[in-house]
Amino acid sequence: MSTLTDVREVMRRDQVWSFLKNEQKQVDVSHDVILYVEGLDLSFDGFKALNDLNLYVNDGELRCLIGANGAGKTTLMDVITGKTTPDSGSVYFGQSINLLKHDEAAIAELGIGRKFQKPTVFEAHSVFDNLELSLKQQKSVVPMLFARLTPTEIDRIDEVLNIIGLKEQCFMQAGALSHGQKQWLEIGMLLVAEPRLLLIDEPVAGMTAQETERTAELLTSLAGERTVIVVEHDMEFVRSIARTVTVLHQGSVLAEGTMDQVQNNPDVIEVYLGEAP
Amino acid sequence: MNQLMRFSRLHGDSKVAPFVAILVLVTLLASMGNLLMPQDSIFYVSTYTITLLGKYLCYAMLALAVDVIWGYCGILSLGHGAFFALGGYAMGMYLMRQIGDRGVYGNPDLPDFMVFLNWSELPWFWQGMDQFWFAMIMVLLVPGILAYVFGWLAFRSRVTGVYLSIMTQALTYALMLAFFRNEMGFGGNNGLTDFKDIVGFDLQADTTRVTLFAITALLLAVILVVSHKILQSRTGKVIVAIRDGESRARFIGYRTERFKVWLFVYSALIAGIAGALYVPQVGIINPGEFSPLNSIEMVIWVAVGGRGTLIGAIVGALLVNYAKTKFTAIMPDGWLFALGALFVFVTLYLPQGLMGLYKNIMDKRCGGSSGDKPNDDEPALKGGDA
Repeated sequence: MSTLTDVREVMRRDQVWSFLKNEQKQVDVSHDVILYVEGLDLSFDGFKALNDLNLYVNDGELRCLIGANGAGKTTLMDVITGKTTPDSGSVYFGQSINLLKHDEAAIAELGIGRKFQKPTVFEAHSVFDNLELSLKQQKSVVPMLFARLTPTEIDRIDEVLNIIGLKEQCFMQAGALSHGQKQWLEIGMLLVAEPRLLLIDEPVAGMTAQETERTAELLTSLAGERTVIVVEHDMEFVRSIARTVTVLHQGSVLAEGTMDQVQNNPDVIEVYLGEAP
Repeated sequence: MNQLMRFSRLHGDSKVAPFVAILVLVTLLASMGNLLMPQDSIFYVSTYTITLLGKYLCYAMLALAVDVIWGYCGILSLGHGAFFALGGYAMGMYLMRQIGDRGVYGNPDLPDFMVFLNWSELPWFWQGMDQFWFAMIMVLLVPGILAYVFGWLAFRSRVTGVYLSIMTQALTYALMLAFFRNEMGFGGNNGLTDFKDIVGFDLQADTTRVTLFAITALLLAVILVVSHKILQSRTGKVIVAIRDGESRARFIGYRTERFKVWLFVYSALIAGIAGALYVPQVGIINPGEFSPLNSIEMVIWVAVGGRGTLIGAIVGALLVNYAKTKFTAIMPDGWLFALGALFVFVTLYLPQGLMGLYKNIMDKRCGGSSGDKPNDDEPALKGGDA
């Protein structure tokens, strides 16, 4: 009987065969959690960079990750974005997508954007071109040979230029931008691709107070529609944006909660915040 | 967004069209000077000059191939001579088969060197090479496949920078050693030579020489325009983006290794075509073309002309080779020293090459009034002059 049902299923005339469908992976957030990180272990030459790390991030949340140097913050980002493969553990994007089975490019296509610690933009290109390349599009050699800017794309780039405040510098070479502007451009490059999850590594490093304030505004305005995970050392900055803070220590989660809860946590005070109240 | 239009006009100002016009004009004049002018006229261009110009243009095409990957994608290949020589050997094999029974031993099937080695039949890889179309396919296919396999392995394993340069160098060196061996069936040390005719035309005739020269010039122009278009497209922008921030490009969602492999193959195809045009004009192909020194020389041509400018590569190749011809006539042993000195000089004082110098002069003359003039310390060109 099961063969018959299978055949019937295959021959159904109201739908095309699944392998003919353009595989469009949609992240399933029916349980409100967009990122599941469970039991992650990773060691480099005996040094345990990640040690049974568990982290759950809700859809639309703005989460801050803090921790001393070597606590595993950047390594965690590497694992989520496919740069590093963990020894064991699982990373799920939504209910169904196993991120460990995808490479960097595929993970980016799924809607996870990552900003590096050091601002990395394409320096020889103009700000506009940087954004154009970051657009959500078919990213293979031949189609891109014949790609033309469409009005929708121009509008999208325009919109992002307004968000990141680089409208004036639109046609400047990205290499000529100031440090802070490069940071914004990089965030803009992530935004233009309309990601679901943004991983942002030290967005305000080397920024002036004013720039930091604007970045805080930018990041808080992004949360809600998108999920944002920020790694930052600057405590003032974290306090100004964070709703939930996760403290990492030696590769695992030490504490989680609001900024006040975390700051009053005795473990945290001992290992991290103790020195700088 | 007319701002956008203005921008694209400002940046699309590469001098490709005028350059192509100059190239075609010079080719036309030189050809007419050879074919139409009497020998004693001052406008007469000797066949020797025509052949020399044709040879330079082949080198220019090769420099273009190196520039496409080095200047725009930061892949410093020190083995492009391999693709050039493979294209040349494919053409050489066709020309050998065209000799027929006019060789020294008069064997209608086997080239002279095979008779000399007491071979009784044609090796399998020489089959079909008597057909021009088949040989031309091989000119493209052999360098293309080698570049694809090599590039796929290297770029997929994320080999970059100096390591990749050394590997390409090893590749061409290994091929040189292989082609030096008689058992390989490519004429060993002596290579392939003593060609008689190509598709029925006598290779020594003036008209054939001029035609070959004109075809070289025309193909160079076509390849220049096509390369320019490719690099101006969005794919071209991705290629430059990979040069400046490969991991950034990867995290945006580009499979950078694919872009690199295809660009590498494209570049190898150009080198193969250049080799195929070179051999009938020079009249010989031997394993010396594989030597690593040749491949390094190509890099110097591009560095002198200016990386990442296409036209710079062509100008550099023409100038350095002209200097080589003149210099070796005066002081044959001194050339390598001069070449080395040139490379040091260019690296220290002209990091942008002659095109960069030209651009600086033009910018100064214009008073630098335009807001978005390309800045001199372009961080872009951090190829690999380590």
